[in-house]
Amino acid sequence: MRSLSLRARAESAPPKRRLFLTPYFFVLPAALVFAVFMLYPLFEAFRMSLFDWKITPGTTSLFVGFENYAHAFRDEVFWMALRNTALYTLVTVPGQMILAMLVALALDAVPRGKVLFRTLFYLPVVTSWVVVSLLFVYLFESSEAGLVNYFLMHIVHIISEPIPWLREPGPAMVAIMTLGIWKGVGWSAVIFLAALQGISAELHEAAMIDGANGWQRFWRITVPMLRPTLVFVLVLLVIGGFNVFIPVYLMTGGNPLHRTETILTYMYNQAFNFLEFGYGAALSYILAAIIFVISFVQIKFLRQPVEV
Amino acid sequence: MLRPQKFLSHTLLYAALIFGALVMVIPFLYMLSTAFKGQIYILEVPPSFLPKEITLQNFVDAWQSNNFARYFGNSLMVALATTAVSLVVSAMLSYALARFDFFGKNILFYAILLTLMLPNLMLIIPEFVLVKNLGLRNNLFGLVLVYLAFSIPLNTFLLRGFFEGLPRELEEAVLIDGGSYWTIFWRIVMPLSTPALATVAIFTFLFAWDEFTWALTAIDDPLWRTLPIAIATFHGEHATQWGLVFAASLTAIAPVIFVFVSLQRYFVKGLTQGAVRG
Repeated sequence: MRSLSLRARAESAPPKRRLFLTPYFFVLPAALVFAVFMLYPLFEAFRMSLFDWKITPGTTSLFVGFENYAHAFRDEVFWMALRNTALYTLVTVPGQMILAMLVALALDAVPRGKVLFRTLFYLPVVTSWVVVSLLFVYLFESSEAGLVNYFLMHIVHIISEPIPWLREPGPAMVAIMTLGIWKGVGWSAVIFLAALQGISAELHEAAMIDGANGWQRFWRITVPMLRPTLVFVLVLLVIGGFNVFIPVYLMTGGNPLHRTETILTYMYNQAFNFLEFGYGAALSYILAAIIFVISFVQIKFLRQPVEV
Repeated sequence: MLRPQKFLSHTLLYAALIFGALVMVIPFLYMLSTAFKGQIYILEVPPSFLPKEITLQNFVDAWQSNNFARYFGNSLMVALATTAVSLVVSAMLSYALARFDFFGKNILFYAILLTLMLPNLMLIIPEFVLVKNLGLRNNLFGLVLVYLAFSIPLNTFLLRGFFEGLPRELEEAVLIDGGSYWTIFWRIVMPLSTPALATVAIFTFLFAWDEFTWALTAIDDPLWRTLPIAIATFHGEHATQWGLVFAASLTAIAPVIFVFVSLQRYFVKGLTQGAVRG
């Protein structure tokens, strides 16, 4: 390395080169996989959504235009799934962000043990959704033997009868959302902590000399300085919230009677249990459109026009 | 010297952090204790964290009677193949995007950005039809191809950012010495990018190791199940044998937690790249 650098040019960043074949040699392998297994399915999903799609060999699929989309708007279960998905997002996103901010502020303030606590808070994040979903099925057992019921009945004495958590729609949503928050807090907290550590201590000292208290400093210094990070985390968490699938699929399967269904569990069931591939594809395009619009609006209105 | 006020506030902060950490860890401890309990003790009231007798029976049962070693091997092969191939092809694509001008470059880059925003699950229906038509159902190769497609956009996005920051002088020197871009890529760019490649490799491996929904859809022959499918099916088949389910789960998450604890700095780097820079 040292001998090579003797010959290094002083000029920095020469213009990008235009070569004939070399670039494609580098691009081709990844682009091929990307095109066949990502872009093609993306178009194919849209095409399928316009058909009463038949998967069985020998049958012809019927072109129905936008009927699958129209059907969704008349489908009560779709609206229920949309409501549940929105509820999950509205509860778990602020839940994760507020708790994560508290954790990050505490970790930023303490002198020792940052790495240990960060590791512990991050454990649920690295654990697979399948494992934590099954773990929460066990914790939210309907009988008295379930850890959550036992805790609520005999330790804090909030309830007198065990709650049949995953058998009733309301409590089941509570259990699913608790899992969502519990699993996600560490992710946001680590990102927030890294951003907090990037804020210079001098800003806070100057504000302290001017007589600002902790509350004022949080809103006037920390939040504005963290704004890009907060928007980034918000957008990703909202996307994640609308994509909730595995915990619902494994904890309730959308039951009882579709009352805990989310868009993706409904899409999955329609496609792979009822073989309604066209309808499923339409549902996935509706979800993508919702996510796209919401992300766009968030980025447009929350990002500062001028970077600080 | 700490002032008394500061000492008090630190004590309160530690108390709050310990409470939070307990909430994070207790479910894991409960899972651990259940896995080490004999079958009869499991649904006891009051629930207990300390097994009266510690036994490895659940782990032995999981491995011996339930084909678990095979599922572990399937997962390992799929995750390793996905990681290795995705790393090389994403790095090649990222290098081209960072260094060359070529026809179609912008379209390709915007397509990658677009798919980064889309939920992978939205493609699962056409992927299923495609893989079925290619005869790749119940085939680990079918899993790897789709995992590659899912991982390439994010990996390319991260590596491209890193490559753009690499100094170009060394590359110029290689060209002057008559070396090719292929040499530059393997001898200079890749070695200089080890930290970024490690981060990308860890996240790709974890993704492929944990992926559930596509494997559930593409595989229905028990021989080709991966660990997440095996564990979920396990739960379905042995709904009351929680000790067995958690022994299997612990086997699946142990390598992940080991990798996470020993390579933590790469995790943090991967997470905060892009996020903090805004």
